[in-house]
Formats: sequence, structure tokens, C-alpha cells
Amino acid sequence: MPVKRVQKTPMPERDAVLRSHDFKEVNEGYGIAHAQFEAERCLRCQDPICIDGCPVRVPIPEFIHQVAKGDMRAAAEILRRSNPLPAVCGRVCPQEVQCEEQCSIGIRFKPVAIGYLERFVADWEMEQPAVEIRANLHQDQKVAIVGSGPAGLVCAGELARLGYPVTIFEALHAPGGVLRYGIPEFRLPKNVLDWEIEQLKKLGVEIQCNVIIGKTITMDELMGEMGFSAVFIGTGAGLPSFLGIPGENLNGVYSANEFLTRVNLMHANDFPNADTPVMVGRRVAVIGAGNTAMDTVRTALRVGAEHGMIVYRRSDQEMTARVEEHHHAIEEGVEFHWLTNPVEVLGDEDGWVTGLRCVRMELGAPDDSGRARPVPIEGSEFVIPVDNVVLSIGNKPNPLLLQTTKGLASNKWGCLVVHDGTSETSRDHVFAGGDAVTGAATVILAAGAGKTAATEIHEDLRANS
Amino acid sequence: MAEILEKRPLTPITRLYRVDAPLVAKSAQPGQFVIVRVRDGGERIPLTIADYDRDAGTLTIVVQEVGTTTRYLGQLDVGDDILDLVGPLGMPLEIPVKGHIVGIGGGFGAAALLCLMRELRQRGDTTTIINGAREKDLLILNDELAGVCDNLELCTDDGSAGFHGLVTERLAQLIDGDGPGRPDMVIAIGPMLMIRAVTETTRGKDIPTLVSLDPLMIDGTGMCGGCRVTVDNEVKFACVDGPFFDAHQVDFEEAVRRNKMYVRQEGESKNRTACRKLVVGQD
Ligand SMILES: Cc1cc2nc3c(=O)[nH]c(=O)nc-3n(C[C@H](O)[C@H](O)[C@H](O)COP(=O)(O)OP(=O)(O)OC[C@H]3O[C@@H](n4cnc5c(N)ncnc54)[C@H](O)[C@@H]3O)c2cc1C
Ligand code: FES
Repeated sequence: MPVKRVQKTPMPERDAVLRSHDFKEVNEGYGIAHAQFEAERCLRCQDPICIDGCPVRVPIPEFIHQVAKGDMRAAAEILRRSNPLPAVCGRVCPQEVQCEEQCSIGIRFKPVAIGYLERFVADWEMEQPAVEIRANLHQDQKVAIVGSGPAGLVCAGELARLGYPVTIFEALHAPGGVLRYGIPEFRLPKNVLDWEIEQLKKLGVEIQCNVIIGKTITMDELMGEMGFSAVFIGTGAGLPSFLGIPGENLNGVYSANEFLTRVNLMHANDFPNADTPVMVGRRVAVIGAGNTAMDTVRTALRVGAEHGMIVYRRSDQEMTARVEEHHHAIEEGVEFHWLTNPVEVLGDEDGWVTGLRCVRMELGAPDDSGRARPVPIEGSEFVIPVDNVVLSIGNKPNPLLLQTTKGLASNKWGCLVVHDGTSETSRDHVFAGGDAVTGAATVILAAGAGKTAATEIHEDLRANS
Repeated sequence: MAEILEKRPLTPITRLYRVDAPLVAKSAQPGQFVIVRVRDGGERIPLTIADYDRDAGTLTIVVQEVGTTTRYLGQLDVGDDILDLVGPLGMPLEIPVKGHIVGIGGGFGAAALLCLMRELRQRGDTTTIINGAREKDLLILNDELAGVCDNLELCTDDGSAGFHGLVTERLAQLIDGDGPGRPDMVIAIGPMLMIRAVTETTRGKDIPTLVSLDPLMIDGTGMCGGCRVTVDNEVKFACVDGPFFDAHQVDFEEAVRRNKMYVRQEGESKNRTACRKLVVGQD
């Protein structure tokens, strides 16, 4: 029987002062006792609307019921059937605006900690002795996947399970997309990602890093002489935006992508053992308030900044970061400048950043996005002294593939256009999904898109074989 | 991974490598570059493609051992693999002008003129290469360069070979009609100081000039923006939009300043390579 308890079972987490100086994971994860205690809170609703809140429709009460019963193997199987990346999503999904927002007991109490339970089950699975997975690539049509972010990884896995020989082509030297170069170790340990990639390899998926489709190999070559019958494009939205304010090219100004890539992909936190440095002064201002901004400012503290600041032109109400990341950032001593719009980066005579000129904002009528539009307060300019500025104001799809590929339709934001409700692009047998189609979104949406596309590719190839 | 098939010293600190990279060789065009990483924990650095042989599936790169990664590279031998090599990156060079094209290479930069000038000559342009260095022994690839252009002009600062003086002084003479004559277009590759001087030499003379910029890069795919440069008052990503830009529109002051961002760290890192051997094949 479900047990009524007002609060979520708290997530054990590492001490804020200690953790803000290292890269070990902040959340330590539930133990079995925590998990079962929390799973008992699920009401097992007749009409579980939490499922409607999940982009891939995980049968949430079913897996939670198995956790409560103590059958973790069954829970893991249920979970994996609908979400191929549970250990990742349990850590990074914005549950508070998805499943947990819908949770029935959430109306009066705190919702069931669905995300923590998902993570618990997935971590349990990783710790079990490896089950033997045998590759069974019996189909004769091969599929190419462009990009190894969550969309590409999931699409590859699903297709390999359907028996297709699959090759993933990745531009960087290591697979994973944003999960590798963007989201830091303290939130998503890379061994979780490595484990997922290992499973794919066991399924027979081949991963070729250091290959850029559109540069090293063209789309025509892939589908022509190389003999791929279908292609899935999961190239993400990796092109960083800049504000276009004066001083943006001063020394000490980074895009969040560059800052995070230096640390996550290139291991600048281990410089000079690793060869890539990152430049952090005492005071670092990060512009923006999404997950990327929170990751950046918390990374800045971990590589030596004394003051990590978030500068955002709207208020905390409009912030897009996960609630948990915001909490963790507060605990770690991040300073928040809400309703503050940067207008100029200031530098010294040698071209090094010295400050950020800002103007205070107030909230006006709602804009196109439905959020209150920030308007500048006249005469409110002031300067925040800083040594670094990191811009975290969004990413657009990378144009490399489109530059050299004919017949791929895209919209004015550079996103690939797909036929209504499908993953089909304007080119035959070429499918797309994830951030490359939606613009910067979430891991679960990308994973879901990769999964849907795999089904569509399977149908397309069957119709053509 | 790309196997080193040939390694040849050109000067005490410059080496030529021919590597096995069939996919890159197949699609490489003059003006493009590759990014390499030589060890686990290593950085990613851009290297200009000096030449390629599509049939043999090989790339030629010329490397001056000035930093951490280039020194590690120097420790590799024929038969060893370069851990990561990705490309071809950047925009292929488009040369809109026809006529007398002058390519200027300073130091190791001359290598990058190999495939470019060969193509231009094949297309029917008159081609001149000005190859400059401090002294005779530092001039690289003279024989190879002579084979791909109509006129090879050598310059040394100390007069030990060819013209006694800077490449820009020789260029000024050409502009005045000397030797192979006034260029219809100039393309310069080499140290920042040199390409900047070339830019000033042709400025206002109605000679379109392209220079290859070498900002710091990480991914080389447009993902980080670390390589941004200002050209014609617009921010460009050198790895995607470049590396060649209209010289007369480049904000050199900014480019020079941004390249100095990590001097201290680079020094620290380089000192370490001196006492650390690269473990090959580690990952
Ligand atoms: C710092 C940061 C934090 C985030 N935090 C969260 C979070 O907490 N929760 C959440 O749900 N989402 C988060 N996101 C968003 C989420 O990571 C993305 O929505 C998701 O990764 C998109 O997946 P994807 O597979 O579409 O693309 P990506 O993960 O971007 O992967 C694309 C891959 O394709 C490669 N590629 C691109 N072009 C080519 C080419 N031509 N040839 C070969 N390879 C190519 C790229 O190198 C890259 O590896 C975050 C994003 C960032 C940057
Ligand atoms: S090197 Fe990263 S964008 Fe050019």
C-alpha cells in the first residue's frame, strides 16, 4: 500500500563547501532503503498522468512499483524499454516541469522523486555483473548516424537491436556530444556515459570519431559509394551565440561552450598534466540562467574562481535552469544578479577584461515567449568588476553539414526541417532529430527523437528492401 | 589515428610529415587545415595541410616545434600513429582573381603554398612564390616549391641566399614592376608579423590580398568560438569561415592580442614537455 508522506526522501549530497572545489558528483544517489522508502509514496494512480509529463512516456508507476517490491531487475527492464538512457536522464531531466509536475500527490504534498528513483534503478543496473549482450546484425542495409549526442546514441542502439549494422560518425575525438563536452562531471560522471557507450558497442554499433560529415565525408559519399541505405542526423545545436556588445572579444571572454569544453573534454582542470589551459581570474561573471550557465559558473568555482556570478536580464522566475541546479549553485555560494542586463565588457589597456557594465531592468508586459519582457531602468548603469565573462545565452545548430549538403531544407534559425510529426528531412532516406531539429532543448527530447527516428528508419528500409 | 609514413627534418626545428589519412586526403582542398591531438590529455592544435595525394591517401604537414603538442609530435617516428587527426577543416581557398598570383611564405608557412600554387598554375595563372627566412638554412622546401610555380623568389634577412632583405621589401619591388612583375593578387601565410607587414605593403595599391590567420582553436568545427576574429567589423569563426580572410579588413591588433592570451600557461606546459616523454599509443 502506498504510504502518505509529505516530503520527498532527500537525496544524499556532498557538502557544499567541499564539493565546490572538486569535480566529484554532487548527488550521491539513493541507497536501496531510500529508494524503497520513496517508492512507497507512489499512489499508483488509475490514470497516471505523470506519464503524460514524460516526453518518452516511461510507465512510471510500473517501474516504481517494482522498486517498492524490491525487484530492481524488473524495474530496470521497464525503464529501459521506453528510455534508453535512464542513468543520464535520471540525473539531468528537468523533472519538475515534466513527470514530477504532473504527479498527483504533488498537488498537496511534494511529488514522488521520480528522477531520483530513475537514477537509482539505472545505477543499480550498472553495478550488476555485465549481462551478455550479443550483437545480431542480420539486416543487410547499413545505417549511418551523424553525431554521437543522446539523439545519435539512442538511434544507433535502437537500430542495432533491430539488426542493422550501424556506424556513428562523430566530429570530436570522443563520443557523447553535450554529455561529453558540455555537462560537467559533478553532475553527470563520465563513467555513466562510458557505460552507455560500451553497451552500444556490445550491440555491434561502430563509432568512428574524428569524422565530420560534410567535410571529411559528404552526405552523397555516405549514401553513394559507402553504401549506407539511410542516415540519421543528430548533429545538435553547438554553435554558440554572442551578444554583440562592445568588448566581447577582449581577452578573458569565453562562450560557455568554450569554457566547458576546455574543462570537460580537454581536462583543463588538470593543467598542466593535461595540455589545455583555462583562464580564470578571481571574479567570473556568467551571462544567462539556463543549465549551461549554472554548469559554467559552478565549474568556474571548481577551477579556482573566488566569486562566481550569474548575470541575467530577467528574474529568477524566468530562469530556465533545473531547480536543483539553482539550489546547488546557491549552496555553493554563487552570487545572482537578476534583472541585470550587460551592455559592455570593459578592459584594460592590454585588452584584458576588468569589468562588466550593466543596466538594471524591470519586468514589463509578456513577450512572444510568454515571459515578462525585461525593460531597462533609465540611468541605472553600473559596473561589476570581473576578470572573466562567460556568455551562456544559447546555441544554434552547427552549419557545417548544411554548408556542403544539397537538398537539406532548414529554417531561418538553421534548424533542419522535418515533415510534420516525423523525423524525415527533405532528402530521401535522411532522418533527423534532437537539437539539430528543435534548436537547443533537452537530453530526453533528443533521446526520444532518436528512438522515434529508428522506428521510422526501420519502416523506410523495409519498404525499400 | 593516422600513421606517420615519412618524417623529414627541414630545419633544426621544422619537420615534414607525410601521414596516412585517406579520407582527409580525398576531400582536402588548398587552404584547409587539420586538427591533431597527440596524446591522452593532449590539446587539439590546427595544422595547415601543405599537400595531399589523393591516390596514395596521404597528407603532408609541416610542423615547427614551438609548443607542447608540436614537440610531442617531434618525438613520434615513422610507423607511429598520430592519436587523433580530423579534417579537412576551414573553407577551401577561392581565388576570384586571375593573372599573376604571388604566394608569400614565411618560415614554415611556405609549405602551405605547395598545393595551392600547383592548383593555380594548373588553372592557368602565372604563379610566383616568395619564400623568406632569416637565413639560408632556414629556407624550406625550395626544390618542391620551384616545381609548383613559375617563379620562385628567395629572400633572407642576412643575404645568405637570394634577395637580401624581407619578403615585403621584395614584394614592394615586384609591385613596382621588378622581376616577375606586379601581382594581381597576393596570398600570405606565415608568422603574424609577416602577414601583417605584407598586408600593409599591398594596402591602398589595389592588390587583393588574402592572409591565413592562426587563432587559438579547440574543436575546429564552430562549436566554441575561441577562434573568433574580427574582419570588416564582423565577428568570424576562423575555423569555419577562414582560415583565409581579406587582409585589408582584418583587425590585426585584436588577433595579435587574443593569440597572447595563454603565453604564461603555454610556457609552463612547454617546459614540462622538455622533461616528459610522450608515451605512444596511450589512450
Ligand atoms: C552545458 C549544458 C548543460 C545542459 N544541461 C541539460 C540538462 O541538465 N538537462 C537536459 O535535459 N538538457 C541539458 N542540456 C541540453 C542537452 O544536452 C541537449 O539538448 C542534448 O545534448 C541534445 O542532444 P543531440 O544528440 O541532439 O546533440 P548533441 O548532444 O549536441 O550532440 C551532437 C554531436 O554531433 C556532433 N556533430 C555535429 N556536427 C557533426 C558533423 N557534421 N559530423 C559529425 N558529427 C557532428 C557534435 O560534435 C556532437 O558531438 C544541456 C546542454 C548544455 C550545453
Ligand atoms: S575552434 Fe572552436 S569554434 Fe573555431
